[in-house]
Amino acid sequence: MMMNSTPDAAKLNWMTTRLDAALGWARKFSIFQYPFVTACCGMEYMATAASHYDMDRFGAGFPRFSPRQADVLFVVGTISHKIAPMLRRVYDQMADPKWVVAFGVCTCTGGFYDNYATVQGIDAIIPVDVYIPGCPPRPENVLDGLMKLQEKIAAGKSAADPSAGRPAEFQVPHRPEAHL
Amino acid sequence: MSDAPTLTAVLQARFPQHVLGTHAYRGQETVVLKREGWLKVARFLRDDPAMAFDFLMDLACVDYLKFGRSQSSAPTLTTPSPLPYFMTPKPQAERWERVVSDDEFRFEVVCHLYSSLRNRRLRVKVPLTAADPSMPSLTGLWKSADWFEREAWDMFGVTFTGHPNLRRILMYESFQGHPLRKDYPIRKRQPLIGPVN
Repeated sequence: MMMNSTPDAAKLNWMTTRLDAALGWARKFSIFQYPFVTACCGMEYMATAASHYDMDRFGAGFPRFSPRQADVLFVVGTISHKIAPMLRRVYDQMADPKWVVAFGVCTCTGGFYDNYATVQGIDAIIPVDVYIPGCPPRPENVLDGLMKLQEKIAAGKSAADPSAGRPAEFQVPHRPEAHL
Repeated sequence: MSDAPTLTAVLQARFPQHVLGTHAYRGQETVVLKREGWLKVARFLRDDPAMAFDFLMDLACVDYLKFGRSQSSAPTLTTPSPLPYFMTPKPQAERWERVVSDDEFRFEVVCHLYSSLRNRRLRVKVPLTAADPSMPSLTGLWKSADWFEREAWDMFGVTFTGHPNLRRILMYESFQGHPLRKDYPIRKRQPLIGPVN
């Protein structure tokens, strides 16, 4: 039942909002993701992206294989020291605003690969917004992480932001040559 | 099985100066060879019609530094073991023995050969010293030796003379040392970018 004091919204042709709120709302449902898939977590990522769990419900159903067209970097699988510079380069080539999801325990911490070859968590190389643990994480877990990322996007927050407060030992210098 | 002489017996009779020893376990034959005779024996194994080992299935390396020494005080099966079954050391009688001493020959290159014609397999081991861990390359005989030998070089630092392209295959070029050697520091990290974590 409509209250008499409030205007009938259906008859109005205009609305008001904050610009950042509108942008955040638009962005969180148009996630163009770059899947950086290196290992077995990729299978679980595919399961989540496919029709049964349907990542497209969250507007994240359109993987882009060019970092220049991507908003969110999905790092899926173990990152070795050998491939770390390439991951950093892909991240550097993405345009702002950008977000990073660490998918699986290997990307979060190195997992059980505590050895000479493996990066002990990709946050040593690039800033990470959402950590999804699991070996591999179940699709529900991934979708939960995706929704947390959406909240972060809607709020206009990003770990790439210099004001996000990254610890000094994990500051990674800007590399303009990576954009060439 | 036929009563034909075993592979190891044939090799023992034909190359007595190169064969250090042989053993077999459930029909899986192993021959331990001197490095100097390896290429000659390998050519015989590949080209002789009775052998016809046309496929080098695998080539790997073992580092015997400290081998077996940490287990000397470990409990045996005679006392109830606190360890799970797969970590419990086997009784001494079942312990397999090396032909050469671990102190003198630190490394051992292990090759697995297969004959698709005869449907037979043979394991060949070549002990190498710590001072000179090198042996002739098999790339001239079996093409598949190429990446195996690069891996053995990368992980253990065994050089293969005559290899056309003996570069690291798994680690990056700037990596120092050989990570699967038993004296490589277990906590040593050499990241290309980012902090040493």
